[in-house]
Amino acid sequence: MKKSYTFNHNPLLSERLPLWRARFVLALLLLSLCGLVGRAVWLQGVNRDFLQAKGESRYARTLTLTATRGRILDRHGEPLAMSTPVKSVTAIPDMATLSAGQVAQLSKILSIPLEDINRKLSSSKDFVFLKREVPPDVAAQVAALKLPGVHNADEYRRYYPVGDVTSHVVGFTSIDDKGQEGIELGMEADLVGKAGSRRVIKDLYGSIVEDVESIRRPQNGNDIVLALDSKVQYLAFSALKQAVEKTRAKAGAVVVLDAKTGEILALVNNPTFNPNNRVKLTGEQLRNRVFTDVYEPGSTMKPFIAGMALESNRYRPTTMIETSGGQMTLDGATIHDSHAHGAMTVSEVIQKSSNVGAARMALSFPPEQMWNLYDSLGFGQSPRTGFPGEVGGRLRPYKTWRPIEQATMAFGHGVSVTLMQMAHAYLALAREGEMIPLSLTRLDSPPMRGRQIFSPEVTKQVRSMLELVVADGGTAPQARIPGYRVAGKTGTAHKLEGGRYVNKYVASFIGLAPASDPRFVVAVMIDEPSGASYYGGDIAGPVFAQVMSGALRTMGVRPDAPILPTQVARQTVAPLPAAENM
Amino acid sequence: MIRIAAILVVLAVLSALSVVHLQYQSRKLVTLQEREQVHTRALEAEWTQLQLENSTWAAPARVEKIARERLGMLTPAHDALVSVDYSSGGAR
Repeated sequence: MKKSYTFNHNPLLSERLPLWRARFVLALLLLSLCGLVGRAVWLQGVNRDFLQAKGESRYARTLTLTATRGRILDRHGEPLAMSTPVKSVTAIPDMATLSAGQVAQLSKILSIPLEDINRKLSSSKDFVFLKREVPPDVAAQVAALKLPGVHNADEYRRYYPVGDVTSHVVGFTSIDDKGQEGIELGMEADLVGKAGSRRVIKDLYGSIVEDVESIRRPQNGNDIVLALDSKVQYLAFSALKQAVEKTRAKAGAVVVLDAKTGEILALVNNPTFNPNNRVKLTGEQLRNRVFTDVYEPGSTMKPFIAGMALESNRYRPTTMIETSGGQMTLDGATIHDSHAHGAMTVSEVIQKSSNVGAARMALSFPPEQMWNLYDSLGFGQSPRTGFPGEVGGRLRPYKTWRPIEQATMAFGHGVSVTLMQMAHAYLALAREGEMIPLSLTRLDSPPMRGRQIFSPEVTKQVRSMLELVVADGGTAPQARIPGYRVAGKTGTAHKLEGGRYVNKYVASFIGLAPASDPRFVVAVMIDEPSGASYYGGDIAGPVFAQVMSGALRTMGVRPDAPILPTQVARQTVAPLPAAENM
Repeated sequence: MIRIAAILVVLAVLSALSVVHLQYQSRKLVTLQEREQVHTRALEAEWTQLQLENSTWAAPARVEKIARERLGMLTPAHDALVSVDYSSGGAR
């Protein structure tokens, strides 16, 4: 028999294993431990931020909280411009792999051509707008399709409820909600809000579970309260529109100022545009003739010369001025009056609008004094209302004036101004000779004292001269308003084209009422009327009367003149039951 | 000694459970708040639209058109006005 082995004496066990094997395994185990520890250090220590960010990006989201652009309101709080949320359909071209059928569906819902969608989806951009500012129901239909890479984004669209009535003041914004024109541009900094953000954790279904960090609240833009009065604005708008159509004029503009505060109550232009639909917009429609277009004001300048003359104490309203049959030759050029008169008083020079008379008066003063007057009335410098694009016109330094130039400047030729500057200068006549700054926004406190240009006595005398303009024998009886005393001045200026005066005219009328204590200044300018007449009194006078009487009526200004042609009901004569309820 | 340990264990378990419960509650409230916020935004949007609608309907141009065309109103001519003189006979 072979040698038998007991369990205890297994020769295999008695065989000693080589020591290196044990060492090898131990080393292997240690090494892998090191590997694990190293990996852990790498993940937990060195690479931690990256990994944490990656992990967080799976569930944490930063949401931008969009801020609304401020509203633009009129002085009574009526909205003139307002943002309202709309949806836009966007796509991420890399993710949007759509079948031809899906693209067709999309094109049908959004009503945009197929090739447009295809072109946008094949672009190399990260993000494209398929269609902006779609109605909510269309956005819902797109969302229902659940197309990959196609989303709805929240945006704001600007609406202008009164449309073309205030378009030149309010202006408009671009599709990216940035101001482009008017107040929208001029007060952009105030209007835009600051977007906020919010970091949240979202669950599997995309609903918000938790706020991670504190919310940065969005700051909505501030509302801007304009000085504009929508009622007066509309009155001016419709009166101007009728007049421009009736006189077949090229353009026109009206400004209404509050004489007590210097606020701009209305500012209209014609032609105009609808800010809600700007598809066929031309430069002509966009032009704001009140602020950005200069013109030669013509005779509307004369009252200031009369004021200067009276202020010097060398003239009185009754001082006679020889107008030499309506002609005067200076430096080889001749000044004409439209109607020849003989000797006239200062009042008559204004009433009949005599160029020769005004020139004579002006020439009796040094150019420097006249320049100072025009400069202090704001001509040649920007009115600084903050309106974008406002210009200051042109007033040449007095040292370069030749006598003929000084003479023509007395009746508003050779000096260029904007309608806003003219209205502003007339504000001084409406305010006992004091110049106060203009304001586009509503003022809640009375304006500060301004600079005194004329003394109150002289202002009153000039105003009574201006009242003669609308009286019988004046140049603008059409500007009369029953029940109120009106003071104003007509202007009929030749236009300059290529350095020469041509037979095209700017007809204007600037006036104030009630003359006893002026509340409003209304300036009307009609560019190139091509009807039977082109005189300021015929063309701009009726517009003035319409706007001014409307403004006086809406604001409830007490009449300061006897209402002659009306029937007056006295209770003793004819008791009216209605009268007792009033 | 064992008794104290047992009480501590029970307390720890209770606290853990309350954490779970509160977490759940907070999630629920966040969802609720979220829903209300969405509602607020919807209402705000509606409010701006209503304001817009209001001012569109009340635009002077439209009011004048309706007054003139549908209601046949017009500005009275000056000699059609009767002014009431309070100074002579307003008192009864």
